[in-house]
Amino acid sequence: MKLLTHNMLTSHVKGVTKGYPLLIKATEVKVNQLDFNPQFVSRMIPKLEWGALVQAAGDLGYRQDLPGELVVDYEQNEEFLKKVHRVLLEVEVMEGSLKCPESGREFPITKGIPNMLLNEDEA
Amino acid sequence: MLCVTTKMAAHCSGSRLRYLMHLAQDNVDFRLPEIKALLALRGKQFHPCENFKEQSPFWCLEDLSEDDVRSVMARSVCAKSAFELWGHGQTDGELRTSLLNYPPQSMSPFMHKDSTYRINVYTFNKTLLFADRIKKIDALEYLPFEGTVSLKTPQHIFCLLEDYGTDPNNIPERPDYIYFGRWIADGQRELIRTHSVKNRHFIGNTSMDAGLSLIMTNHAKVKENDLVFDPFVGTGSLLVACSHFGAYVCGTDIDYNTIHGRGRSSRKNQKWRGPDENIRANLRQYGTEKMFVDVMVSDASKPVWRNAALFDAIITDPPYGIRESTRKTGSYKENTKLPDGNYVESHVPVSQAYHLSDIFTDLLNFSAHHLVLGGRLVYWLPIYRPEYCEEMVPHHPCLQIISNCEQTLSSHTSRRLITMEKVKEPEESDSSAHLSDPSFSTYQGHNAFREKYFSGLNKRCVKDDTKYFHEN
Repeated sequence: MKLLTHNMLTSHVKGVTKGYPLLIKATEVKVNQLDFNPQFVSRMIPKLEWGALVQAAGDLGYRQDLPGELVVDYEQNEEFLKKVHRVLLEVEVMEGSLKCPESGREFPITKGIPNMLLNEDEA
Repeated sequence: MLCVTTKMAAHCSGSRLRYLMHLAQDNVDFRLPEIKALLALRGKQFHPCENFKEQSPFWCLEDLSEDDVRSVMARSVCAKSAFELWGHGQTDGELRTSLLNYPPQSMSPFMHKDSTYRINVYTFNKTLLFADRIKKIDALEYLPFEGTVSLKTPQHIFCLLEDYGTDPNNIPERPDYIYFGRWIADGQRELIRTHSVKNRHFIGNTSMDAGLSLIMTNHAKVKENDLVFDPFVGTGSLLVACSHFGAYVCGTDIDYNTIHGRGRSSRKNQKWRGPDENIRANLRQYGTEKMFVDVMVSDASKPVWRNAALFDAIITDPPYGIRESTRKTGSYKENTKLPDGNYVESHVPVSQAYHLSDIFTDLLNFSAHHLVLGGRLVYWLPIYRPEYCEEMVPHHPCLQIISNCEQTLSSHTSRRLITMEKVKEPEESDSSAHLSDPSFSTYQGHNAFREKYFSGLNKRCVKDDTKYFHEN
C-alpha cells in the first residue's frame, strides 16, 4: 500500500464518525525506485489531505523535511515535488495494518495489499 | 444532382482541408463515441462532411488540423488509418475533377522532384487482382507526381480507396465511392493483438478483451497523469488498458483470491495460479508497472474512500451473475457473534446477494461523489433485449449520459457500454441515483438477470418468464 492510497482511505466501520486518517502500523516497509513525474505529483497535491500525508510519512520514518503546511508555488519547486513523489508513490507498506482511529478496528495489510472487508456485524 | 455534388466537393476541398478516416467494421456501435471522446480530449468537436453514414467504413471529417488527426489516431482502436483527403467522387471522372480542383500548393510539398512516394490501392468489400490495382494507379497519371517511387521507404504514402458497399453477397462491378488522399497515420489496432488476453500473464474467467478495454478507456477520455479507479477490478484488464495511455491506476475487488492472485487458474491445462499471477505483474508485462498505484480487497458497496473528488475516471465491468457471482459482505443472520475482536487475515466474511439494481445505484452515487468535475464513468449494463428501453439506463442528477452502445451477446441478451460525465457536484437536495422505471425489475432481486439470461436457452421458458414478470 502506497501512501497515496492511504491518504484517500477512511474507516467505514458502522457508527464511526471520525474514521480519518487511518493509523498505519507497519512491520515491513519497502521503498521502490519509481520514475519521477512532476506533472502527476502536481496534479495530486490539491487532492491530498496534506496533514495526513506528513503524519503517515513521519510515522514510517520517511518524512524527510516535509513542512507541516503545504508550500505555495509547489509546481515550480522540483526539490519539493521529488520529496512528495517519494512519500506518495515510492514508500510502500508491505506488512502491517491500518487502524480505525475511533473504533480501533484493524485492517490487515499483507503482501502490500490492504484488506478492507468488514465482518457481518460491523458493516 | 451528380453535378451539384461534384461542384460542392470541389468547392469545399478548395476552401479547407478535409480528413478521411478508415474504420474497422467490428464494434461498429462503439466507433462514433470513441472518435468523439478522442476529439474532445483535443477540445474539438466531431464535424462530419455531408452524406455522413455512421455504418460506413469511411468517414470524412472537417474543421480539424493534422495534429488533431494524429492525436486521435495515436489512441483509436476503432480507426485503422487516416488520410488528408485530396479528392473523392462516385466515379473515376468525378474523382479526377475533384483532384484537379485540389489546390496545387497543398499538393506540391509532397510531390516535388526530390521526394519519394508510393501509392497504395485499398478496396473495401472487394479483392482486386494485382494487375487491376496497377491499372488504377496508372490511371492517376494526371496527378503532378515529380518524385521517385520507393516501395520500401517512401517519404509520402498516398492511397486510393474504393468503397464497394457493405453487402458481401452483392458486390457491385464499380465502386460506390472513391477517395484519394495522403496517408497521415494508422490507428492502434495492433494493440488488440499485443494486449490480447491469450498472452496475458494473469487472467480470470471474466477478463475483458483487449479491444473493448481500450475502447472503454477511450470512451472514458482517460489521459496521461489521470488517476483511474475500477471498483470491480478482477484481474485488472481495464487497468492494463488505462495504464497504456499514461494513467495511474487503482482498483478493488471483494474476492481475496483474485486480488492476491491465488486459487484456481482460469487457464486450460493449469490447475492453480502461479506465485506471481497478479494485477501488478500484468502491468509489468506491458511495461507500465510504474502506473500501478494499488489494489485492495474491498466491497464496492461500502465506502472506503474519503468523500472527495479523487478520480479522473471510473471504469468498470460489474459482475452481473453470469460467469461471476454478484455479492457483497453482510449476513442475513442477525447478531452474528465475533471472536472477541480478533481479525484474522484470512477471515472471509459471509457474503450476501448484491442485487444488480443496488450495484448500479451504488456505482452512480459513488461516481457522483468521487469523480472530478468533467470526469467520466464508463461501465457495462446487462440487457434483457425483449424488455429493454432507454429509460432503463440508470440516471443520476450529477451525471449526464454521453453514450450508450450495444454489444449483442445472444438473441435475447446484450450488454450496453454506458458512458456518463459528471456535470455538477452533488448537493444535499440531489436525490441519489434512481432506476426510474418499474421495468427496471430486470435488475431487482438476486440473480434476476441471470434467470433471464439463461431463460432464452429454451423458448418455452422465455414465454413462461415473460408471463411471470408481467404478472409480478
